[in-house]
Amino acid sequence: MSELASEPSAQRLDKRQLAARVAQDIPDGSYVNLGIGLPTLVADVAPPDREIIYHSENGILGMGPAPEEGTGDPELINAGKQPVTLLPGGAYFHHTDAFVMMRGGHIDITVLGAFQVAANGDLANWATDDATLPPAVGGAMDLAVGARRVLVMTTHTTRDGRPKLLRSCTYPLTAAGVVDRIYTDLAVIDVTPDGFVVREVVPGLSRDELQARTGAPLRFATDT
Amino acid sequence: MIDKRVASLAVAVAGVRDGDTVLVGGFGNSGVPVELVHAVLDLGVRDLTVVTNNAGSGETDIAALIRERRVRKIVCSYPRSSGSVWFEKLWRAGEIELELVPQGTLSERMRVAGAGLGGFFTPAGADSPLAEGKEVRVIDGRRHVFEEPLKADVALIKADRADRWGNLVYHSAARNFGPVMATAAALTVAQVRAFVELGELDPETVVTPGIFVDRVVVA
Repeated sequence: MSELASEPSAQRLDKRQLAARVAQDIPDGSYVNLGIGLPTLVADVAPPDREIIYHSENGILGMGPAPEEGTGDPELINAGKQPVTLLPGGAYFHHTDAFVMMRGGHIDITVLGAFQVAANGDLANWATDDATLPPAVGGAMDLAVGARRVLVMTTHTTRDGRPKLLRSCTYPLTAAGVVDRIYTDLAVIDVTPDGFVVREVVPGLSRDELQARTGAPLRFATDT
Repeated sequence: MIDKRVASLAVAVAGVRDGDTVLVGGFGNSGVPVELVHAVLDLGVRDLTVVTNNAGSGETDIAALIRERRVRKIVCSYPRSSGSVWFEKLWRAGEIELELVPQGTLSERMRVAGAGLGGFFTPAGADSPLAEGKEVRVIDGRRHVFEEPLKADVALIKADRADRWGNLVYHSAARNFGPVMATAAALTVAQVRAFVELGELDPETVVTPGIFVDRVVVA
């Protein structure tokens, strides 16, 4: 929050508002995989009039919300290892089929977190330069290359105020040229052949202020 | 007569040896064949290569194998779940080797091993450091990395019910890696909640046909 302290008028989205903004763009009838962490919030705030089928890499389609305390099936968990439920019409399948769905272009939309996104759509969301932690990748690479549409949901800058949207990623890539759109607490930004194009900015934040928090040139959709 | 049912966990894991590659089913704490892993621990075998999605958590099953220095190498996609303290401890000390594999590549490497194929090209990881030293080919305009089959000596999996032919059905998301692991090992052992009579499992819903299974044990 600190980097916006000088702009008290900027209406930065909180996590739930950000999730709701992402959810707005998920059409009725979509097959969706939500990455672990922040993206799982999207299911909690999706418009109730839309039927969205959530996929989990451990072999679930039609995943429902967390069970009521004490009623859950201990084997029924999501990718983040949290208890979930199965909706009527849901299905179980084994891991290889789960990844056939992910890599094979059968998932309409994935929402992923990010450490860095480059203006050419490169995504870095699995490893930093911290050599004290063992590397861990999970299903991120398969999802990033395979989902038809890759949405990134992230804070616009790191905790210490450094931009996450860059000319090129400095962290190891998850996948090259895969990101379609980025939703941050400050803006909605498309990745286009000409780089980042800003679709929306939160009220109270000027173009210059947004650019100052971004590590690559921004164009604004309203100018084109 | 075929009867793959065995009476004890000790008999179920008999023959697992030092240096074996062992596939262990499970995703987080879902579908982990906890009792079979403890039976392997009791065997005292070491220098194991363990293939599993996570690197164990807490003090039981895979974490216990790691804690007791039985695992030389772990092949997994996500060794950093909360509670993977033993893996992290030994990894920092350089006492355990890690081969990190994207999750879909992990399951597909076992699938091709079980299917008798020589490997496959995947776009997953092709632009990442995990492709270093591997063949990369452009297919349909996109970079793909060549991945080799992942064969094992033993697979330890958890299912819900089995008959004496070794046909298996699973319970909810505990299925995860079980079916693919069953195909990729020389010896596949399943622990189940219950045995049923031959013919009791609906053939339309058998998930792992018994041809892939060598031993079943109730645990």
